[in-house]
Amino acid sequence: MKKIQGILLFLLGAAIFIGYASFYTIDETEQVVVTQFGKVMGEPIITPGIKFKVPFIQQVNYFPKNLLEWDGDPGQIPTLDKTYLWVDTFARWKIVDPVKFFQTVGTVYSALGRLDDIIDPAVRNYVTSYHLIESVRKSNRNMDIFEGIVNEKEKEKILEKYNINKGRTAIATLIKEQAKPKVDAFGIELVDIKIKRINYVDTVREAVYSRMIAERKQVAEKFRAEGHGEAKRILGKKERDLKRIRSEAYKKAQEIKGKADAEVTKLLAKAFGRDPSFYSFMKTLEVYKETLDKDSTMVISTDAEFLKYLNKRGE
Amino acid sequence: MAWDWEKLREKQEQYKKNTQGSGFGEGGGGGITPPDFDKLKARFNKFKITGVLFVVLILLALFFGSSTFYTVAVDEVGVVQRFGKYIRMSGPGLNFKLPAGIEKVTFVKVKRVYKEELGFKAIRTGSDSAPISKENLNESLMLTGDLNVAIVPWIVQYRIKDAYKFLFKVKNVNKLLRDMAEATMRSVVGDRGINEVISKREEIAVEARLLLQKELDEAEAGINVVTIEMKKTNVPDSVQPSFNEVNQAIQEKEKLIYKAKEDYNKAIPAAEGEASRVVEVSKGYALDKVNRAKGDAKRFVSVYNEYKKAKDVTRRRIYLETIKEVFPKIGHKYIIDPNQKGVLPLLNLKENDILKIKK
Repeated sequence: MKKIQGILLFLLGAAIFIGYASFYTIDETEQVVVTQFGKVMGEPIITPGIKFKVPFIQQVNYFPKNLLEWDGDPGQIPTLDKTYLWVDTFARWKIVDPVKFFQTVGTVYSALGRLDDIIDPAVRNYVTSYHLIESVRKSNRNMDIFEGIVNEKEKEKILEKYNINKGRTAIATLIKEQAKPKVDAFGIELVDIKIKRINYVDTVREAVYSRMIAERKQVAEKFRAEGHGEAKRILGKKERDLKRIRSEAYKKAQEIKGKADAEVTKLLAKAFGRDPSFYSFMKTLEVYKETLDKDSTMVISTDAEFLKYLNKRGE
Repeated sequence: MAWDWEKLREKQEQYKKNTQGSGFGEGGGGGITPPDFDKLKARFNKFKITGVLFVVLILLALFFGSSTFYTVAVDEVGVVQRFGKYIRMSGPGLNFKLPAGIEKVTFVKVKRVYKEELGFKAIRTGSDSAPISKENLNESLMLTGDLNVAIVPWIVQYRIKDAYKFLFKVKNVNKLLRDMAEATMRSVVGDRGINEVISKREEIAVEARLLLQKELDEAEAGINVVTIEMKKTNVPDSVQPSFNEVNQAIQEKEKLIYKAKEDYNKAIPAAEGEASRVVEVSKGYALDKVNRAKGDAKRFVSVYNEYKKAKDVTRRRIYLETIKEVFPKIGHKYIIDPNQKGVLPLLNLKENDILKIKK
């Protein structure tokens, strides 16, 4: 009785043990290559769930199935215009052929090493063979350059300097195109390569800062000059308008006065014309009234009209 | 495992014999007598079946039992995998599953909005004090489209919109998000001039969000970018003063123009007023002159009409009346007989004072 119980227990234990050894699970994020004494058996298994294998003899090698990341080693790269840049890239990749991957690189860690060897030089190649601006911009969008520059032509000329033929996105694609066939051999698919950071190296940065400062100062100067210019223009306009207003007023006044004088002349001429000698007589007498006063000295002869009776009385 | 005990028993017996045979081990006599194995075994066997097995079964039952239900909080979903394979998504509340070892549940907070700070780090020193933000120049330093350098810190707020993709499609989603956020922000900033980067933050945030969302969708990260919020974009410290100078210059320019305009606006209306005054005065002059002329003319004509009737008498009368009026006013009067000669030297006369009346 006890013997039978023991045997049963043993069988149960053995069954569990063998069961554990022959079943395995695959997570959603994993894929598996089954090997038998190091030899790959059949197709890789990429569907998740519970699976069966021959216990003890077959081995299960897990590989990630999801999107993996490669982070480049940031480094100094000169551009075509000899500016030293600090370029940091990253890429995303997938194991698409786990068998190849298993046979050629084996682990994700060593795959990353291979990717370093392939992508880093590709990045270097492309960044070096283009002008700086090509790695910075992605389109020839019309940028707002300086608020100080109003002249459209001038602006266009400056913008032309920053125009690109390829651009950042295209360069990243070129890098990918160059690296892609090389990683195929490892059962890896490069999903994309992106330029994460591009910066000037420290020494260049200082120079760029000085340039920025100089540029700004120039813009500031331009504003000030514009201010002075505009103020002068307004003051000039003021002078001009003053002259115009005053002269116009003078002109109008003179016209009015002239007209009045003409009228006066006409009126008087008409009136006095009736008897010019009487007019002259009257006017002369009037002038006497106005001009002769106590400061005047008069030497008068008794021949004068009104004194003529002083010498001789009547006729 | 009764057989083990039997074997052990035999071995023990054997050993006993051997040691006794060689005279070894018993040295000193007495020593420890091994316990009564038969007795022990019997007791233990009894206990094993009734006790240990029972406890183990209860423990197992408890373990599997407790792993068949779980609660999902309101802001999350439970992702259930059976032997690693995705089976279903469970909503908030009490849920059931097959016991541990068969089904596994992972909770994903799909309603929560997460935040990533890029280019800076907000450090809270206390719960009631405002955070101090610390720059991270490696992340925030960027090249602009006109090859200047800008400092751009920003925040990405995101939500997990697809728990399945979030868990299974991408390894290290957080790293991907940060890298992508940097790459897309730089590509947006790289296409703009320094002025735009500083002044049009909203526009940049909108474009960066669109780009980042597109990239994350392509990568199947299962993330929804809620918003991108730009912090204060700036230029590097050493360049800052020159940017301020530009602002100052703009102010200065506006001030100069304003002053000139003020000057203009002061002078012109005054001049216009003066101009109309001059015109009005001239009009007054005209009226005055014309009226006077009319008066003079009328007077002359009236006088003349009367004069015409008795010319000689009138003429004489007017003459004498005038003399009468004028003569008394004259200061010095010398009446000289025409036959008298050489009087002039006696008089202290200035030429201008002399008025001679003609005969």
